[in-house]
Amino acid sequence: MMNPENVVYMDNNATTRVAPEVLEAMMPYLQTYYGNPSSMHRFGGQVGAAITEARQKVASLLGAEPEEIVFTSCGTESDSTAIFSALQSFPDKRHVVTTRVEHPAVKNLCENLDTLTGHKHRLTRLMVAADGTLDLQKYEEALADDTAIVSVMWANNETGVIFPIAEMARIARERGILFHTDAVQAVGKVPINLKELDVDFLSLSGHKLHGPKGIGVLYVRRGTPFVPFLVGGHQERGRRGGTENVASIVGLGRACELAAAHMAEENSRVKALRDKLEEGLLSSIPHSMLNGHKTDRLPNTANISFEYVEGEAILLHMDQYNICASSGSACTSGSLEPSHVLRAMGVPFTAAHGSIRYSLSIYNTEAEIDFVLEKMPPIIAGLRQMSPFWKAEM
Amino acid sequence: MWEYTNKVQQHFLHPKNVGEIENPDGIGEVGSLACGDALKLTFKLDDKGVIGDAKFKTFGCASAIASSSVLTEMIIGMTLDEAAKVTNEDIADRLGGLPKEKMHCSVMGREALESAIANYRGLKLPMAEGEVVCECFGVTDLEIIRAIKESNLRSVEEITNFTKAGGGCGKCIDRLREILVATVHQDVDIKKIAEKPKRMTTLQKIKKIEEALEREIRPGLRKDGGDIELVDVDGDFVMVSLRGSCTSCAKSQTTLKEYVEKKLRELVLDSLIVEESK
Repeated sequence: MMNPENVVYMDNNATTRVAPEVLEAMMPYLQTYYGNPSSMHRFGGQVGAAITEARQKVASLLGAEPEEIVFTSCGTESDSTAIFSALQSFPDKRHVVTTRVEHPAVKNLCENLDTLTGHKHRLTRLMVAADGTLDLQKYEEALADDTAIVSVMWANNETGVIFPIAEMARIARERGILFHTDAVQAVGKVPINLKELDVDFLSLSGHKLHGPKGIGVLYVRRGTPFVPFLVGGHQERGRRGGTENVASIVGLGRACELAAAHMAEENSRVKALRDKLEEGLLSSIPHSMLNGHKTDRLPNTANISFEYVEGEAILLHMDQYNICASSGSACTSGSLEPSHVLRAMGVPFTAAHGSIRYSLSIYNTEAEIDFVLEKMPPIIAGLRQMSPFWKAEM
Repeated sequence: MWEYTNKVQQHFLHPKNVGEIENPDGIGEVGSLACGDALKLTFKLDDKGVIGDAKFKTFGCASAIASSSVLTEMIIGMTLDEAAKVTNEDIADRLGGLPKEKMHCSVMGREALESAIANYRGLKLPMAEGEVVCECFGVTDLEIIRAIKESNLRSVEEITNFTKAGGGCGKCIDRLREILVATVHQDVDIKKIAEKPKRMTTLQKIKKIEEALEREIRPGLRKDGGDIELVDVDGDFVMVSLRGSCTSCAKSQTTLKEYVEKKLRELVLDSLIVEESK
């Protein structure tokens, strides 16, 4: 295995390092306090207090009430729960509104609703502009009397582009339509106060904010009709069956507490590092371009296309220097077509195949940015020299 | 992450013969930016008619670059007749194998070579004259048929891995299945070679098919005094043998396609093709 100390990790939208404080908080519940919080004896029951505390911490980061927090196994489960719940609560409504750039957890679910539910649905997938932003007027026009739910991500995982969730949720509420947002990439990076929003469901995932993998949350606004997705025991007040993942719940609670404490740093120091990286790459490498809106964007994400070269080849050269990032190229996804997000934005093929996503975290340093800025230009130049589409005079 | 062999990594990180020969004897260009990979191959013959030098320029992933690099290494020193015999399997073998989803990279190498030889000989490429089946990646029926024959392809998924056809919008998948059935039929000899060791997926298929036959299909046939037996599964081809009154039934072919195949597609896999073993 590679030593993580030698790794320059800039793939935090894929997953993040578990914060040492999070791991420390979790350990007692893996080693010592293994009891089941549902048990009658004190040894098990005492664990329940830790869950209550974690629930409060999650709620506090989101500006929610603790009883509005449902622990799940991951962001995908939260998304499925919200959307299926809305469709079951309103069996006469068979219209769903979403966007072309959702994460597969929402995209593939919405595109297969007919097969999954056995009922016919209408699906509206909102287009995005070239900078990845949505047209609010088109959104309003898409809402119909039989719309059961709107599901729109808070921030895009590939480009970091942020959607106007407050406004969109307000419009849905005025029309009496439930509103779900997949906020997996936004939680911990941008301030969220659900008390001031008309959001009915919100999904988050532990491992995107320095918590463990295998733990997620669905926020369900008090009073929102709800049908559970996993049916079983009385856990989570009957809203999600299955014995609680105690250690991970405790870890997520701690991660949310840390995220609140680091929010300012994320939006100042991390953002400054990202801007330095982005500006450095765009100025030192010709025929490169930024994908996504310049400012309506997460502070940690830079998605840059290097024209005339292919993303997988770039990533594998970066890997030689232990630099970790992602690409929207076809070859990295296992499919033969480049990222659906970049295609929806109309990014030309010349650029979509050569897109690299750098996503930072509070653990990145300026020295790492300098290292990447030093290594990238020769990697791109080397591959371009090999590319039949690259002309020296360009 | 792809599992690349050391040889692939070596040729990717330190490619041989990168560039373009000035005044080449043959030029072959395949692929496009839209497709995600492209290769320009140039070669020069020496005075004995042997390929004295070959160079490549490639836009694409690690396996595309490695396939191009190893190809130039292979053909330098060959006569044109020898080079014309190089197949995509030869290229993949020289690299110690490629992930199955990446086999199209070796196919691209072979196509560029073929195109360069045709260019030298002043011939038109026969493959390009076929009917375009996959519009997303511009793959013709002739290219697909050749891939099926040469690499013993037995499912639509394999066709996509080798030629990219069907990997975009997916509209041509039914047509690919038709071509697959037609090609396998004309090619009885290939079938014998195709008896490769069975992979897990085939085993799983057999199990599921047996289950479906027993639970869903046999009861229906037995009502009419017939029966069915599974003879073989080869990729997506399911060979069965009809028994009892089915053997003399005029409608047995309809039963096979309309009932058995439909059921198996529903219960096991969308792409199965049921045939009577004779």
